[in-house]
Amino acid sequence: MLNSDTISYRKSSWWKLNQQRLTPWIFLSPGLLLFLVYVIWPIFNSLYISLLQWDGLSPAIYVGISNYIELLDDEYFYISLMNNLKWLIFFMLAVPIGLGLAIFLNQTIFGIRLIKSLFFFPFVISQVVIGIIFAWFYNPRGVIGPFLDFIGLSNYAILADENFATYGIIFAGIYPQIAYCMILYLTGLNNLNTDQIEAGRMDGAKGFSLFKNIILPQLRPATFLAIVVTVIGSLRSFDMVAIMTQGGPWGSTNVLAYYMFETALSEYGYRMGYGSAIAAVLFTIMMFYILFFIYRMYQSEKKGL
Amino acid sequence: MFPIPIQKRPFINQISYRILIPISLAIWLIPLIGIMLTSIRGLGDITQGNLWGMPSEFLLFSNLKDVFQNTPMLSYIINSFKITIPTMIGAVALSCMTGFALASYKFKANLFIFFTFIAGNFVPFQILMIPVRDLTYQMGLYDTVTGLVLFHVAFQTGFCTLFMRNFIKALPNELFEAARIDGTSEFNIFFKIVLPLTRPAIAALSVLIFTFIWNDFFWATVLIQGHHAMPITAGLKSLNGQWISAYHLLSAGSIMAAIPPVIMFFLMQKHFIAGLTLGASKG
Repeated sequence: MLNSDTISYRKSSWWKLNQQRLTPWIFLSPGLLLFLVYVIWPIFNSLYISLLQWDGLSPAIYVGISNYIELLDDEYFYISLMNNLKWLIFFMLAVPIGLGLAIFLNQTIFGIRLIKSLFFFPFVISQVVIGIIFAWFYNPRGVIGPFLDFIGLSNYAILADENFATYGIIFAGIYPQIAYCMILYLTGLNNLNTDQIEAGRMDGAKGFSLFKNIILPQLRPATFLAIVVTVIGSLRSFDMVAIMTQGGPWGSTNVLAYYMFETALSEYGYRMGYGSAIAAVLFTIMMFYILFFIYRMYQSEKKGL
Repeated sequence: MFPIPIQKRPFINQISYRILIPISLAIWLIPLIGIMLTSIRGLGDITQGNLWGMPSEFLLFSNLKDVFQNTPMLSYIINSFKITIPTMIGAVALSCMTGFALASYKFKANLFIFFTFIAGNFVPFQILMIPVRDLTYQMGLYDTVTGLVLFHVAFQTGFCTLFMRNFIKALPNELFEAARIDGTSEFNIFFKIVLPLTRPAIAALSVLIFTFIWNDFFWATVLIQGHHAMPITAGLKSLNGQWISAYHLLSAGSIMAAIPPVIMFFLMQKHFIAGLTLGASKG
């Protein structure tokens, strides 16, 4: 007969033997489980829903790829896709502008820390607030009014102009993004290798050639991160559109993120399947960037090991 | 240092730099200054188009009083805290554990799990929207603070794990090895050695998550319907619909929404930036 001492001894020795192997799974399980349920599983579920015709209540009907076929003929889908492209292209401006600002501010004068924080301000504030601010800003009877009168465009409301409204929103969206890129570059500039710069200066490198040949290569990690967050930020554009125009006038400012929401969850109907198909397109576009990012991280991991 | 310190430049450049800085700052902040000026005005100034001149009355406090008395603003703010703080605690706690597991143990699925966290963190919200809304509904948590917090914790765990894992990985491995040889259990390594060392990372993540969640609008719209659980971002949006021309009140409300993250940023600036830049320095 085993007495309790032996049992606990055996138990503890079993635990001791396997502790190294089991501990990571014990630590991983709560976080990983929650993440699988709320993030990973929904991705696959959405891809499945995109093959259904479903209003969220009545039984779903499997319709194969017909939602995707319908997308091909949907004018608003193309408008949204084009607008996403505009967001992507113009958003990239945030990277060089952020770099420029960072170089401009990378000095040590009295009060510069406070000034840098104030430049960073727009990023800390909610996009909803930024959207409200700019809607007010663009209002012809609002903040920009006197300026519009001055250039002879009295009463021009950019957000009501279907040709330019998207640019108005993008401009508002870039504002916090510039601040983000600026802070990434300020950190990058702080970590520059001084010896290399001095050596370059000794060799007579100055101004732009110094910048191009010595500074920019050293800023590559910052540039990489700035591009990644800017691309993802541009494809995630939802808040600004929802606040400033709700996709209008006449759908001209819609982007995929907002169009999907509108299709699936608003007064325009509860078309879950069709909405999921739009989401799947957005997801596919984003996946290229995600895989690129992960590939880069994988490379640096391999080097690290 | 790049660019060349202004102190080494001719005197005239130094002077012009110092003049240029406040001017560019003022231009940069025009939209924010505009809304602050609007929030102190009365309806009279606004309908007359007096937006940049002297306000004819100073009405900031009366505007704020209006906002708090006539709208659920106070409850929006309280809800925002009720959503933000538990999310912050939950996501940071979970990611300390996942980060530790992925940083200090070698096992087959390690990198795969790590990259799953990263990839999940970058997906567009729309691909999650319908299933997450359904799931929340089925758990009976639709339109509740708890439902929203659960999702936020899960999603933010992705980003936090990325950050924590890299942070713990950068700690000297000899510390753990020495402790193991001394017979310290794995749990004690986590609680007694790793946790105290990750304090800066915990601080950085806390401020970041606070700001992200406070500013979240999308999920608040998807998972919350009623004013009883609505955070301030969604609340502002609904006020935006009601007060088409009451921009002085909307401005006052917007400022209320902006204050907490701004304070958080100023108090914890160093940690905030360390969190955002992730490793932009080492790459």
